[in-house]
Amino acid sequence: MDHSAAFDETIDPLTVAETWKNEGRDVAIATVVETWGSAPRPVGSHLVIDAEGNFQGSVSGGCVEGAVVAEAIDILESGKPRMLEFGVADETAWQVGLSCGGRISVYVERLG
Amino acid sequence: MDPKSLKEINEARRARRAVILVTDLTDGSDRVVRENDRVSGGLAEPVAKAFRSGKSGTVESDGRKHFLNVHLPPPRLVVIGAVHISQALAPMARIAGYDIEIIDPRTAFATPDRFPDVPLHADWPETVLKDRPFDPYTAVAAVTHDPKIDDIPLKAALDAGCFYVGALGSRKTHGKRVERLMAMGLAREAIERIQAPIGLDIGAASPAEIAVAVLAQVIAAFRSRGLAEEEKSRAA
Repeated sequence: MDHSAAFDETIDPLTVAETWKNEGRDVAIATVVETWGSAPRPVGSHLVIDAEGNFQGSVSGGCVEGAVVAEAIDILESGKPRMLEFGVADETAWQVGLSCGGRISVYVERLG
Repeated sequence: MDPKSLKEINEARRARRAVILVTDLTDGSDRVVRENDRVSGGLAEPVAKAFRSGKSGTVESDGRKHFLNVHLPPPRLVVIGAVHISQALAPMARIAGYDIEIIDPRTAFATPDRFPDVPLHADWPETVLKDRPFDPYTAVAAVTHDPKIDDIPLKAALDAGCFYVGALGSRKTHGKRVERLMAMGLAREAIERIQAPIGLDIGAASPAEIAVAVLAQVIAAFRSRGLAEEEKSRAA
């Protein structure tokens, strides 16, 4: 986790997730669960997404957030958690990767 | 994630308590473990280790993959004494990611002019501590040189298990302090946890250099937190 100064409740992803849920929104939580090589965000980092595609937090330096948000909207509908992997090793050109050369696994699940 | 787990995590973070969210990656179920909870089975050791290191990660136990997301409170640095060293220490500590606050009952020292943008308590430490008690994720540096001000928070820091306790003063001054703290009922072993003279030995001379030495010692203490116990348990 992040050992930075006290979390700012307006941008802290887990606080935002709770607020959104209390407002009756559907919320998905993405978590970096594994990293290989250099990765922009440490294991444990969160990105939270609602059904409209609003998001808060980050799982990479911005490289894969778009793809995670798109997947999260699917997961909100199906309710089934999914493990996503991103890395430069992906040769399929249309897939998003990490410019830093690392690889990350992101677990995306529905809140509730 | 279970909304109850999320609520529990957020409450713990606000209250500066350490928790781990354990997610079973096979079925997506999760639960929150607190620092003193008993965990049975194959997860016991990885959970204990994660609390010590603060590192999140995936572990395999009983043929199932679990993700442990560790939420430790952000480290806090409380400086007793609104002195020259503290004026340099406050901005440095903030840059290093520490929540800093300064306590000094001497209102001539604890002025917002001398400490812009720093949480400042112009009050006796024992009074401030009632509302904002020390905890294991707090570092305490006592730099007033005045036993009337320093002694009580030093005892409180040792009692609360603060990860760092440092006190300014020469060896001779510290010798007298040890006697006073023993008279207050502290064991010699506990008193030995006090870093005195304060700060890493880098030949610091100016107040700003002493601040660097203190901050470096605080960081070293935080990053090696629990390692001593780990070695002890390995030796046992």
